[in-house]
Amino acid sequence: MSTTFLVVSSLVKVAVILLITVGAFAPVLIWAERRQSAMIQDRLGPSRAAIVLPPSAVTFIDRARLPLWRMAALTGIVAIVALVALTFVAIQGSNPLPISTSALTASLVGFGAASVLLRAGYGVHSVIVRNGGRIMLLGLLHPLADALKFIFKEDFVPPKADKLLFSAGPIIALIPAIAAFAVIPFASTLHWDYLNQVLPRTGEIPGPAIPMQVASINVGILFIFAIASTGIIGAAISGYASDNKYSLLGGIRAASQMVSYEVVLGLTLVPAFMVYASLRLEDMAMWQHEHMWGIFIPPLTLAAINFFVAAVAETKRVPFDLPEGESELVGGYLTEYSGMKFGMFFMGEFVEVVSLAAIASVLFLGGWDVPFLYRDGFEFTLPFVAASYSVPLVHWLVVAIQFVVFLFKIIILIWFQLMIRWSLPRFRYDQLMSLCWKGLLPVSLLNILVVGAFMLSGWFDRWVAFYDSLF
Amino acid sequence: MAVEVKVIKKPGRTVAEQVYLPEIAKGLGFAATRFFKNTFGPKAKKEIATVKYPEEKVEYPERFRGIHRLTQRADGSPRCVACLCCSTACPAQCIYIEPAEYDPDDPRYGYERYPSVFTIDELRCIFCGYCVEACPCDAIRMDTGMHMPPSTSREHFLYDKETLLSIPGRDGSYLTANPRHEPGDPTHPGVDRERGH
Repeated sequence: MSTTFLVVSSLVKVAVILLITVGAFAPVLIWAERRQSAMIQDRLGPSRAAIVLPPSAVTFIDRARLPLWRMAALTGIVAIVALVALTFVAIQGSNPLPISTSALTASLVGFGAASVLLRAGYGVHSVIVRNGGRIMLLGLLHPLADALKFIFKEDFVPPKADKLLFSAGPIIALIPAIAAFAVIPFASTLHWDYLNQVLPRTGEIPGPAIPMQVASINVGILFIFAIASTGIIGAAISGYASDNKYSLLGGIRAASQMVSYEVVLGLTLVPAFMVYASLRLEDMAMWQHEHMWGIFIPPLTLAAINFFVAAVAETKRVPFDLPEGESELVGGYLTEYSGMKFGMFFMGEFVEVVSLAAIASVLFLGGWDVPFLYRDGFEFTLPFVAASYSVPLVHWLVVAIQFVVFLFKIIILIWFQLMIRWSLPRFRYDQLMSLCWKGLLPVSLLNILVVGAFMLSGWFDRWVAFYDSLF
Repeated sequence: MAVEVKVIKKPGRTVAEQVYLPEIAKGLGFAATRFFKNTFGPKAKKEIATVKYPEEKVEYPERFRGIHRLTQRADGSPRCVACLCCSTACPAQCIYIEPAEYDPDDPRYGYERYPSVFTIDELRCIFCGYCVEACPCDAIRMDTGMHMPPSTSREHFLYDKETLLSIPGRDGSYLTANPRHEPGDPTHPGVDRERGH
């Protein structure tokens, strides 16, 4: 593999990850969080931000509606005719028609897609006309409006604040949240030379192999911990530099809370390291791909719950949002921040939510693993029955499915985090600390012992072997 | 005789509540049910209370006091006889009326007047409805069901006679349900020039 290839593929991966986290997940999350809370509370939530079209454009769109509908209908009829002809050919077994079968297939796909697209265009035009020329997109433009507001707001720095640290705080808070994605595997290894072939299920593949993660480093998850603890400095520094007592209190709270939960976070994952026998996230995902998802191993289920609680506390969101606790501390360490600096904290918080979901799904929900999907395609098997049904898939499709399913798992976990955020009231500070030091910490320490006993007694191997025999 | 004491146990927290996790699950379940019902549920079951205001409007209640209108007679002239009852009753003093006499050959001349100027300052009005109560002729009403349309100038809120006459009631009519008996009509109950005192 040439160096250029390595550099280019790494850059592409970094770009894709930035696009997914900062470009897509964070803005959509800002919208989704408010929209979801609104739905829970029988409200509509943000849905008013709009791009207003001039009246002439609206008239044009209105006039274009009928031709669009007619063309959709025409192409649809052609597609249906092609479908009927294809069915006829399939029943006959031979093609007596003047058109070749491949042309029929092409016209079915082409005209069908065109019909669907035109009909969708008609729908979009109708919605725009009904809204009087305002394009609202379900309120998805609100993050855009927020971003504009953040950028054009006055960037206020308190007169006696420490200018350098005050500006450094948001950066130190945002960067680690994004950097955690460096070691997360988004799909299984991509074999560049065999994109359009069905690969064998096992065995080494020669040629260039691109791991679908930015950095494959042997410390893996420890890198995430190290990076995440850097985020503490961001919160603490911004609290200190703001020259505001509320900010200082918030910063101190953030620091002590995150340091405490950092300990729990590490200890809850020790059982996972013991089971997967690796610190590399790609090895963990591979182990789960070969055997079973971590959450189905009983002691790891407990570890997963503990990890999730500790990680939600680590993101400083409700019910653990004491550093911001607006009823006590105004805005905590965010009090003095405005404009894009506040926006960076805000974005960092949401990127942390995404990274937490990604880490949790790699550790306990199999990462990119899709049930019944192997390197050579799907093979559906039933427990206790010898029957199986396999669908061979080309390599790029397998990787794409794994990637999409991984994103889906992330979305599910994010949804769950947002549900927690809108359902639970805030803890008191002593409750927060006693939950950490008297609750989660002893439980996770005990869990290490339990997993050790589970593995040494041989029950673990039997459990895995039993599960492997099922599927 | 000893008093019988019934000891009522102080309601405490059960073990399930102390553990906290089942209660969290319950709360999450409740919130999730609402979320799914309102997001993906059938339209009839959604309970969203939000009204998208400019597109959707909630009908005001039947007795809502909206902006004023001057009711018309069958021939389109105002029913108002410029008695100044409304401007006298108005606590905000927002009604300005200049009474005038009809033409001498008009059958109403000499026993009714009409307002040559009738102006209501809608910004000063407190929408108490006293003018409507005071009017003996059912000439001023607040049954339009509209609030003031916004504007950028104070002058736009001085509604003159023509404006007030041009606002229909909520039913779209410029008249009122009460019939008007013009002088000379056989149904006219009171005094007019033909019948004398």
